[in-house]
Amino acid sequence: MEAKPRWLNVLDILTAIFFVAAVLLVFVYTPMERTMGQVQKVFYFHVATAWVGMLGFLVAAIAGVSYLVKGERKYDIIGLAAVEISLVFFFVAIVMGSIWARPIWNTWWTWDPRLTTATIVELIYAAYIMLRQGIEDPDRRARFGAVYAILGFISVPLTFISIRMLRTIHPVVIGSSDPSAEGSFNMSPKMRVAFFFSLFTFSMFFADLLWHRVRMGKLAAKVEELRLKVSA
Amino acid sequence: MDEQLSVSVEVPRVGLRAQTANFLRAMWAVVWKDLAAEWRSRELLTGMLVFALLVILIFNFALELDAKARASVTSGVLWVTFAFAGTLGLNRSMAAEKDRGCLDGLLLAPVDRSAIYFGKAIGNLIFMLIVELVVLPVYSVLYNTNLFSPGLLLVILLGSVGYVAVGTLLSTMAVQARTRDILLPILLFPLVLPVLIAAVKASGGILQSVPWEEVQVWINLLVVYDVIFVSIAFMFFDYVVEE
Repeated sequence: MEAKPRWLNVLDILTAIFFVAAVLLVFVYTPMERTMGQVQKVFYFHVATAWVGMLGFLVAAIAGVSYLVKGERKYDIIGLAAVEISLVFFFVAIVMGSIWARPIWNTWWTWDPRLTTATIVELIYAAYIMLRQGIEDPDRRARFGAVYAILGFISVPLTFISIRMLRTIHPVVIGSSDPSAEGSFNMSPKMRVAFFFSLFTFSMFFADLLWHRVRMGKLAAKVEELRLKVSA
Repeated sequence: MDEQLSVSVEVPRVGLRAQTANFLRAMWAVVWKDLAAEWRSRELLTGMLVFALLVILIFNFALELDAKARASVTSGVLWVTFAFAGTLGLNRSMAAEKDRGCLDGLLLAPVDRSAIYFGKAIGNLIFMLIVELVVLPVYSVLYNTNLFSPGLLLVILLGSVGYVAVGTLLSTMAVQARTRDILLPILLFPLVLPVLIAAVKASGGILQSVPWEEVQVWINLLVVYDVIFVSIAFMFFDYVVEE
């Protein structure tokens, strides 16, 4: 077994430090939002976790293409790792969104395009995990996983567009601003610093977890190989 | 010299035409096989039809489909029925290939794999359209409306093409898994959601005779989905049947 790489240790420590810094920035450095108050603080981590969620699904789709092209086992391990991590982060993003929505929209949940699409994304990747669990042959599992990860990633924008053609009340803080969105606000410079810092921190956190999970996946593949050798 | 040149130019063109002819012949052979097998056993269509009628019956009690409610929910009821009956057909059609080792036989045939995909997909599409063409008049009679309008038929065709394109690919994956019967709807429904949303909205619009421009947006979305997913399924089918 290979030892834990030194750079992974460095990344672990850096991520921990940045995470503490991000929390401090959010709770101490940023000003209180005038109308929403405390609950607006969830925004910094809500967007960051959702970002990591989408990032992971992008990584899984790219890993899927790479696997189908090159057929190397490591891309399959990366794809599974990315989906597993993103599934959790996306769920956290949805829960944090609900916590924010309760006082601002006066409901835990509404069938808005973003919320609905987020749910469907979770379902797609839950189906991805179930598909993998139903197949024993590692090569076939990897191929099917790759195909499904790509299909899922392509269908998500279409789902979003189709639900968006109905109405939305989700605020868009970055880029275009829709006056009918409820709970929208303009970021002050300090808020912007904290926001981008937490985005960066969560991306780092994602990279760190991905690295760990890929290492674990490789070990699991080795164990599977050894077991086949023993039983043969 | 001249002659040689013309020959070397001619060959690939003839080859291409022969390839296309071969492709089409292989595709129709698969479609024909499915239709003939179905004509003799009538397993799949009877199953799908009876199931579709049962779903409508259940909706009748679950939703209290009186005249007022019907105007707004008819398109939803229809598409839920089609989607459920569709998974039944897709699963059965692929499971039959897998269980009797027919899939291996098909894969051994010296033809392009995508011809097999398109053959199966067209077969599934025909079964689904037959079910839809039976459900429409039955629904019309039971609820005293007329569902036959060219617009609605177009939406049903476009929706079914998208549904079957993805469904055939996914059912090929699902039958090779241990949990195959429960796996197909779980894999399929989140991916075909855009089709179902667009089809429900477009059919609802046509049935309530809203202006055509409002319906057209949804039809455009259906066309986009169909084009994207037919080509993707065409590209990926090879990876799904590879041994």
